[in-house]
Amino acid sequence: MAGKVILLDFWPSMFGMRCRIALALKGIQYEYKEEDLRNKSDLLLQMNPIHKKIPVLVHDGKPVCESLIILHYIDETWPDKCPLLPSDPYQRAQARFWADYVDKKFYDLGRKVWTTKGEEQEMGKKELIGSIKLLEGELGDKPFFGGEKLGFVDIALVPFTTWFHAYEVCGSFSIEAQCPKLMAWTKRCLEIECVSKSLADPHKVCDFVLQLKKALGIE
Amino acid sequence: MGEELKLLGVWGSPYSRRVEIALKLKGVKYEYSEEDIFHNKSASLLKYNPVHKKVPVLVHNGKPIVESQVILEYIDETWKDNPILPRDPYERAMARFWAKFVDEKCAPALWKSLMGAGPEREKAHEEAHELLNTLEGELKGKKFFGGESVGFVDIMANFVGYWVGVLEEAVGVDVLTEDKFPVLCKWAEEFRNCPVIKENLPPRDRMVAYFRDQRETITTFYKNKA
Repeated sequence: MAGKVILLDFWPSMFGMRCRIALALKGIQYEYKEEDLRNKSDLLLQMNPIHKKIPVLVHDGKPVCESLIILHYIDETWPDKCPLLPSDPYQRAQARFWADYVDKKFYDLGRKVWTTKGEEQEMGKKELIGSIKLLEGELGDKPFFGGEKLGFVDIALVPFTTWFHAYEVCGSFSIEAQCPKLMAWTKRCLEIECVSKSLADPHKVCDFVLQLKKALGIE
Repeated sequence: MGEELKLLGVWGSPYSRRVEIALKLKGVKYEYSEEDIFHNKSASLLKYNPVHKKVPVLVHNGKPIVESQVILEYIDETWKDNPILPRDPYERAMARFWAKFVDEKCAPALWKSLMGAGPEREKAHEEAHELLNTLEGELKGKKFFGGESVGFVDIMANFVGYWVGVLEEAVGVDVLTEDKFPVLCKWAEEFRNCPVIKENLPPRDRMVAYFRDQRETITTFYKNKA
C-alpha cells in the first residue's frame, strides 16, 4: 500500500510503542518523529487538534489517532502480512475486550503507583497486581495472548512492562516476584526482534519517571 | 440458522439499547433478558461478565461478548447485511475515533454536568460545552455521523441523541440547547425519528420519573464505579 507513513511519538510512551511494534511486524517503512510534549510541534497540533496527544499515525497526509485505533488501521490497511487480530469474529471480540481492559486499568493504576504515596499508593499497587493476575489467568498455558503467535493483546500490553521497573522503584515492591507468569510472557515477547527493538529501555524509563516526579514536585 | 442469541440488558441503559439498535438494524432475532443491575445481578450476568459484571452482555451460542463497542463490532462482523461501520480502513478509523470521543469524553462530561453537584458540576458543564462544539463541527452538513443513514458513531452517540434530553427534563438543567448547538439538536431529532431507533427508545415519561426518583441511587452507584 503506497504512501508515506509518519509516526508522531514520544520515546517512553507505551501507546507509541504499540504502534512501533505493529509497524515493525508488518514491515512498513515509516518516518519516526519524536515529539517534545512540553513543546508540541505544529504538525502534532494540526494532526490531532482535539486531543493534542501522541501517538499519531500520518498516512498519506491523513492522521489516525488513539493507539488501538491505529493498530486496527494498520491491520486493515496492510492485511497480507502478519495479521494482528484473529480472523474469527468471536476471537476478535475477545482480543478487543482484553485490549480495552488493559487500556482501562494499566495506565491509571500505574500512574497511581508512581505519583502517590501512603494508602493511595498501596491501593494502587494491590489493584495493579490484581489486574496483572487476571491477565495471567486469561493467558493460561498459551505462549502468547494471541495463541502460538503474538497478537493484538500482546501488542497492547507488552509496552506497559517497560514501566514496571519504574513502578517497582516508586512503590518499593516487586512485580516480578508476584507475577512470574507475566514475566515469563514478557521474556518470550522480547525474544521477538520487532518487539525488542520497539520497546524503550526500562532503566531509561525509570530515570525519566524519577525526573518527571521531581519536575512535577511529587516526592 | 439454529442460532441462540441472548441479550442481557437494562431497559434504561443507553449501552444496552445500542446493542438492540444494532441487532434490529441487522434484522437479527434475539431473546432479551432484563437485569436488575443495581440491586440483584443475575447468576447469568456474573457468569458471562465476571470481569466487569455489567450490561450489556450478548450471548451468541453460549459465548459471551461484553462492552458495547466490542459487541457492535462483533455484530457488524457476524451479520454482514446493513453495515454499521464503513468499509474503507481510514473511514473506519475515523468512526472508531469519534465513537470513542463521544463515549469516553462527551457522555461522562454531560452526565456530570446534569447529575453532578457543586463545583464539579460547573466544571463539567464548561467541558461539556466545549466537547459538544467539537461534536457539532464533526457533523459538518451530514444528516448523520454515518452519512445518509445511521452508522456506528450515531449508535454510540445515543446518549447524546436521547438520554441527555431526558436527564435535562428530570433535573431541570439545559445543556444541549438549540441556540448553542443547532446542528447537533437537528441530528438528535433525526436520530430519534429513525424507524429502528424510535421503536427502541425507552419510554420518555418512565425514564424522566426514573431518573428523578433514582438520582440518589444512580449517583452513588456511579461514584463507586469510577
